[in-house]
Amino acid sequence: MFRKMGKFLTTVIIGMLAVTLVSCGAQDPSTPAGQEKAAPVNLTGAGSSFVFPLLNQQIEEYRKNNPNITINYQSTGSGAGIKQVSEQTLDFGATDGPMTEDQQKVAKGGKILHIPLTLGAVAVTYNAPNVPKNLKLGPAVLADIFLGKITHWNDQRIASENPGVSLPDTKITVARRSDGSGTTYIFSDYLTSVSPEWSSKVGKGTSLNWPVGIGGKGNAGVAGVIQQTPGTIGYLELAYAVQNNLSYATMQNKEGKWIVPSLQSTSAAAAAATIPEDMRVSIVNAPGVDAYPIAGFAWALIYQDQKDKAKGTALVNFINWAIHDGQNLSEELHYPKLPASLISREEVMLKSVTFQGQPILK
Amino acid sequence: MSKKNKFKTSIGDQTLRILTLLMAISVVVLMVWMGWEMFHAARPSIQKFGFGFITGRVWDPVKEQFGALPFIYGTIVTSLIALLLAAPIGLGVAIFLNEMAISKVRTVVGFLVEMLAAIPSVVYGLWGIFVLAPWLRETVQPGLAKWLGFLPLFQGTPVGFGMLAGGLILAVMILPTIAAISREVMAAVPNMQREAALALGATKWEMIRLAVLPYAKSGIMGGIMLGLGRALGETMAVTMVIGNRPDILPSLFAPAYSMAAVIANEFTEATYDLYLSALVEIGLILFGITLILNVFARLLIWSVAQGPKGGNLV
Repeated sequence: MFRKMGKFLTTVIIGMLAVTLVSCGAQDPSTPAGQEKAAPVNLTGAGSSFVFPLLNQQIEEYRKNNPNITINYQSTGSGAGIKQVSEQTLDFGATDGPMTEDQQKVAKGGKILHIPLTLGAVAVTYNAPNVPKNLKLGPAVLADIFLGKITHWNDQRIASENPGVSLPDTKITVARRSDGSGTTYIFSDYLTSVSPEWSSKVGKGTSLNWPVGIGGKGNAGVAGVIQQTPGTIGYLELAYAVQNNLSYATMQNKEGKWIVPSLQSTSAAAAAATIPEDMRVSIVNAPGVDAYPIAGFAWALIYQDQKDKAKGTALVNFINWAIHDGQNLSEELHYPKLPASLISREEVMLKSVTFQGQPILK
Repeated sequence: MSKKNKFKTSIGDQTLRILTLLMAISVVVLMVWMGWEMFHAARPSIQKFGFGFITGRVWDPVKEQFGALPFIYGTIVTSLIALLLAAPIGLGVAIFLNEMAISKVRTVVGFLVEMLAAIPSVVYGLWGIFVLAPWLRETVQPGLAKWLGFLPLFQGTPVGFGMLAGGLILAVMILPTIAAISREVMAAVPNMQREAALALGATKWEMIRLAVLPYAKSGIMGGIMLGLGRALGETMAVTMVIGNRPDILPSLFAPAYSMAAVIANEFTEATYDLYLSALVEIGLILFGITLILNVFARLLIWSVAQGPKGGNLV
């Protein structure tokens, strides 16, 4: 009886498989011309965990029209991504802190291009009893809170930036990331650019020697500390703060305007910043009246001189798609869009990628 | 039994002997190999900082300055807190289950205690963030500060996250190990020992103290040391509640950091070679400390096991 049942099931499964296969075959002619007989290409990338949700979605979307291209991206962290790209064990990397001059020198495959894939913003998030959302915190005040010099919520300097807001006499607890992270990089990059004292005492990096505070692991860990501890202030990826409905501060930008962090104000920062030829640039404290000041790029890292024609072509085509059509996936995943002025420059950069001296993208 | 047959078995025995020997050797080789590889990867940091790495108190990846003392301190203190809390409780659980409880209770409670060991450490960590830390901040720490606040151990702002939270969560995690092993070795004590003690007019407590515990003590020590080993190496749960701050502060309320936690936290984003090498050196030190503690535990067990079985009444 059971055996018969088994046979029956097998038949059904085989039948279903056959139907699927046939229908797959039937779909083939609908793929764009020129790719019908394309050989399968496997690309491997790794690095920034910040871009992972977006990149992963883009990869899946791209595969729908390019079934022969398989892209495998692992979110191992920017540091690991940079290291593996330098050693040529990957086809591409992604990072949210640009490679240093020294790191570029030791890259085995020659010149590495930094191509912005998306933008990230960091929100200053807090949990203070009876303090309303979007409290205003100027750059000097923010730096002094994280340096441990402003210790109470009702400090005169916080009060003078927020007239009419009643602030509690609660001790400030600083929460920050304990794991190395691009979010920490962008945040410390901002404090370094606005506070000489921060710059000399602490500096910028993916992990720091923090003057004060409690470290939480990952965005989730920091959010947990903030939610569970009254009087805490910390920083999170904007998307994370929005999704978890936490209070975040309004920041003062370079022009003196108070800006609430949002996808639009982050894009505005990228549009207003002066971006050099190689795109390795920090856009914290960018000029522009609408620009949110704590933002940064996440870049794809690819070698200018590609060693394998099929892979190089697939890679350049994918990145080109990701900065154009792929940007449409950004907003629903809470990523800001790249500004149009930047995309045209990135396209020029992609056209400089070559195989045996010949540009791949025409 | 022909000659042929005998020959066959001896071939089989030989093969088995060689195979098992190889397996035994592979463990030793693996251990030496791991130590050597770690030493090799830690070379740049060892050469740059020398012994100062162990005594250094500053960990600053931006300025390329690395010292491991705060991590060593954090690991040892949290493990000690865990041991101080979990060893007596674990032993108590074992005594109750073995000597006092009726068999139904024994099965149910014994099962529950062993379940504790099966909970993944990240779940402990989440419980630590959402339950333990707020409880410490609102109830335990103000209480300790009020009654024992004259001790530097219990001073400072109650935040919840910190050394105390790290130690407590470790205590919960190693409790099942200690309880389960103690229970097993106590169950192995021959009933004649117990009967003899009772026949001499001992009370239940005297029976446990005179007949059961001395007989089982080397096994109990072994269980405690296994628990300590787990506490030293535990990463995820600790990093979620300890506050992750490389500092040596007298207060248990203050945030601290452990060796395993800093490796897990910073390894993926260690952007230059010296940084990576410093993290590997921390791993090497942890490896060393665990090894030394195990050797020490082994010696302790030997010396205890060689002592006379049975205790004195007075």
